[in-house]
Amino acid sequence: MSAKDETMIRDGDDRRLYGLAVEFDSVNALLQACASVRDAGFKKWDAYTPFPVHGLNDAMGIKHSRLPILVLMAGATGAGLGLLMQWWMNAVDYKFIISGKPFFGLPATIPITFELTILLAATSAFLGMLAFNSLPMYHHPIFASRLHKRATSDRFVICIEAEDPRFDDRKTEEFLAALGGTEIERVWRERR
Amino acid sequence: MAMKVPLDITKEERRLGALAPKIRMIAGIIGLLGLAGGIAVSFAGPEGGRGFFFSYLLNTTYFLTLSIGALFFVILHHLVRAGWSVVVRRIAEAMAGNLWILGIAFLPLLLFGLEEVYVWAQPGAAEHDHLIQHKQAWLNQPFFIGRVVFYFVVWILLSRYFLSLSTRQDASGDPMLTVRMERFSGFAMVAFALSVSLAGFDLLMSLDPHWYSTMFGVYVFSGSTLGFLAFLPLVVMYLQSRGLLRNAITREHYHDIGKLVFAFTVFWAYIAYSQYMLIWYANIPEETIWLLRRQTNGWQRIGLVLLLGHFIVPFLVLLPRFMKRRKGLLALPAVWILIMHWFDLYWVIMPEMSAEGVPFGLRDVLLFVGIGGIYVAGLAHRLRDRALVPERDPRLTESLIMESV
Repeated sequence: MSAKDETMIRDGDDRRLYGLAVEFDSVNALLQACASVRDAGFKKWDAYTPFPVHGLNDAMGIKHSRLPILVLMAGATGAGLGLLMQWWMNAVDYKFIISGKPFFGLPATIPITFELTILLAATSAFLGMLAFNSLPMYHHPIFASRLHKRATSDRFVICIEAEDPRFDDRKTEEFLAALGGTEIERVWRERR
Repeated sequence: MAMKVPLDITKEERRLGALAPKIRMIAGIIGLLGLAGGIAVSFAGPEGGRGFFFSYLLNTTYFLTLSIGALFFVILHHLVRAGWSVVVRRIAEAMAGNLWILGIAFLPLLLFGLEEVYVWAQPGAAEHDHLIQHKQAWLNQPFFIGRVVFYFVVWILLSRYFLSLSTRQDASGDPMLTVRMERFSGFAMVAFALSVSLAGFDLLMSLDPHWYSTMFGVYVFSGSTLGFLAFLPLVVMYLQSRGLLRNAITREHYHDIGKLVFAFTVFWAYIAYSQYMLIWYANIPEETIWLLRRQTNGWQRIGLVLLLGHFIVPFLVLLPRFMKRRKGLLALPAVWILIMHWFDLYWVIMPEMSAEGVPFGLRDVLLFVGIGGIYVAGLAHRLRDRALVPERDPRLTESLIMESV
């Protein structure tokens, strides 16, 4: 970032620019705009809607989550640990004959193996989801946006972050203006 | 890029048209030839009528389970007010509509085959067998025949109710018909659950009148629904290959069906294992003998095939998302599961005929083709003058734009 750009995204009060937000009044306009932003190659941006919008993932070019791989590995670990634990307890550490069954009988071990598989898969899904979404997050810079307030009831907002490598104060503003939104807002990070 | 608009299905072909009589004829002829061949091979073989009726019970039950699964799907659809499944509901309704054919198919068994197949039905069976004597109040020929007829009457009435109201809605577009079906679905589900459980006990569990498993009804149900769910995408793929319903049914629907196939694969394994484990642990002779018979003389191989092929393989194959979404790929696990479902019933039924070894032969294949052919012919007949989707269902649009996440 050149020195000139630096001054452009800081104003006199030493506030730092978070990004440029643009507002739309319909789902269709939002989806079209999202597709344009996606095709323009922006990476750090988001769309804010008052309700889940079908087709938004495609329009934003969001790739499928990697969470399932994590869950699969955690589930397999759970199954392995469950079997190992029971084998060690029943067949090695504390051998005990129970109703004539083998020390390590596979049918008897399935319930605990199953439970541990589910336990690890489910907790890794939950915690992994939080981690991949950077949650918990107590504050988000978009909360400072005036437009965003209506994105919780009847408007749709796109915000391109200043940190995006393709972000250029003036050009991005022109780009957003061409998208056909109803209003553009400069969103500032709140002062520390 | 606009919000997904409902795909226009008014312009696409939604009826079988001239295809229906053609399928009916070809499948019907194949079916009759298969049946005739099956009868000839059976009676020429060493096991004779006994072999025929066992194999006949196996294959008729196989196609019965597909229709039972379809009936469950239709009732469940209304019970939970499902939206996504509207586009495939008519196919399920038509499959459930085949129940009367299966009812007729069971008549020869009820009239001529009971003593061949069911030990307790043989004259004098109770004299030296205390347990059969004890169970005679339930397991006697007239009551048994009456019960089986009653189950079929319940199923046929349920399937006709949903098919006829749904077809009437195609003509009138009256949303109140949907409300009526929804109101009825709660009662229908109770009637379905009780009749399917009891039918499982009667038709399959009583093959060994000493043996009992209280969860056997659920076991039959889980296999039935899985069989139907594996059959459904194959029907859709066939229709789409013929240029039908190409817009109406998308990969989103395949994805949801695939997820249900996966879920019921796990459910089947859960139930099958639960039944096995309780018997294994309790170690009561009356109960374990049933499993012992299935773990000796070659039957253990079928058991292992089921463990691997009915659970582990489809579980791993259906796990990735693309298996359910990529065009046509779901056909592989679907066909595989349909074969495994057949072996599941084989493993339940046939050891009662031949504990000494696996009697698999041409007879089983021919009777499968025979009843299967008639089943497909019945399906085409049912769909000959109906649309392949409930055209004016109030939730059709919801189903058309559905996205499976």
